[in-house]
Amino acid sequence: MKKSKLLIIAALILAICGIVYAADHADAPSVTSQSTDITDLYSFQGSDPNALVFVANTQGLLSPTATSTAKFDENTLIEINIDNNNDLIEDLVIQCKFDAASNSMKVYGPVAPSEKGTRSKLEGNVTASVGITPYGAAPLTANQNGVKVFAGPRDDPFFFDLDQFKMILAGTASGFNNPGIDHFAGTNVMSIVLEVQKSLLSSTGKINVWVETKKKI
Amino acid sequence: MKKTIKLLSIILAAGIFGISCKKSDSTPATVYYQQQDQMGRPAINTVFNAAVTDKEAFNMTTPSAMTSAFQSKFQSRLLALNAGYTTNALGQDAAALTGLLAQDVLNVSTNGTTTFFDGNPANTLSGRALADDVIDVELLLIFGGPAGTSNPTLTSDHVNANDKAFSGTFPYLASPW
Repeated sequence: MKKSKLLIIAALILAICGIVYAADHADAPSVTSQSTDITDLYSFQGSDPNALVFVANTQGLLSPTATSTAKFDENTLIEINIDNNNDLIEDLVIQCKFDAASNSMKVYGPVAPSEKGTRSKLEGNVTASVGITPYGAAPLTANQNGVKVFAGPRDDPFFFDLDQFKMILAGTASGFNNPGIDHFAGTNVMSIVLEVQKSLLSSTGKINVWVETKKKI
Repeated sequence: MKKTIKLLSIILAAGIFGISCKKSDSTPATVYYQQQDQMGRPAINTVFNAAVTDKEAFNMTTPSAMTSAFQSKFQSRLLALNAGYTTNALGQDAAALTGLLAQDVLNVSTNGTTTFFDGNPANTLSGRALADDVIDVELLLIFGGPAGTSNPTLTSDHVNANDKAFSGTFPYLASPW
């Protein structure tokens, strides 16, 4: 059987299996349109070679109108997990919790968590705190105890021709177009950007990082 | 004197009462948060988990528990996406690629270049920078074959950059639309 025919059959099977999004945007029904929906995680060395940047984005595909009223949620904990010894278990966490009364994002850690796994509690004291940047305003940032933080709406940094990919999976297209169309152009996310001194990460050179959102129970 | 004693008695009573009240205040219950979503590398759940039940379960799983629960599902899914899969440009067979991806974490270097892929094999999977075209990298690993030249219409979506320029200074991400 021709390879392309096999691919189309495979794609048809996948099409039956449901809608495909991308990065992590709306990747399952129970997080779709929720403050717990993670869209992306980035980690890189920025302008400070002694620090590592972590970006955790949530609430994707916000139109400009929706962005003007978008908010973080007090009952949603956004937690960066860091594994230092390659056993895939978190050795450090950085926890970000929105406080509505002060309209600010509170950052806890990096700290060794007393609770590991799918359940967390806030660990220790606040390391840094920043006011949420209002829509349309210049970024508010804070730099405390080796942690720089920003929290607020940003242009979604993710780019992908998602619609063409869906057509490929549905068997109505055999490949991507050149140029493609970025499905995420013109949309925003709620973003937390941290720049953390590497000395706080007690690392051996390579770390494993993942982000979790957790709902207050 | 009588008034003072009366006043003192009241104050004393209030004090005892106050202490009793304080004693009956228990320490507040610990507040817990339960996992709803998780992410390491881009597009893993959306591409490799087909059934909604798998997508939901994956979001509630921690990385150390993922291999046993998802690696073989990921392997079946890879072969459904690309029935002709042998190896990719990193030399990984289906088991090796899905074994890596089923541990959904972002590998990050703390003492060198940080990028998903920049053409230099030594830098592969050392982080994820904002401008990294992670989709093209993942399409190449799934469809590109050993030399990266197979299935040329599937190995790039030809969307190679974000709609706004990033900043070289904190917070790096562009202002919202």
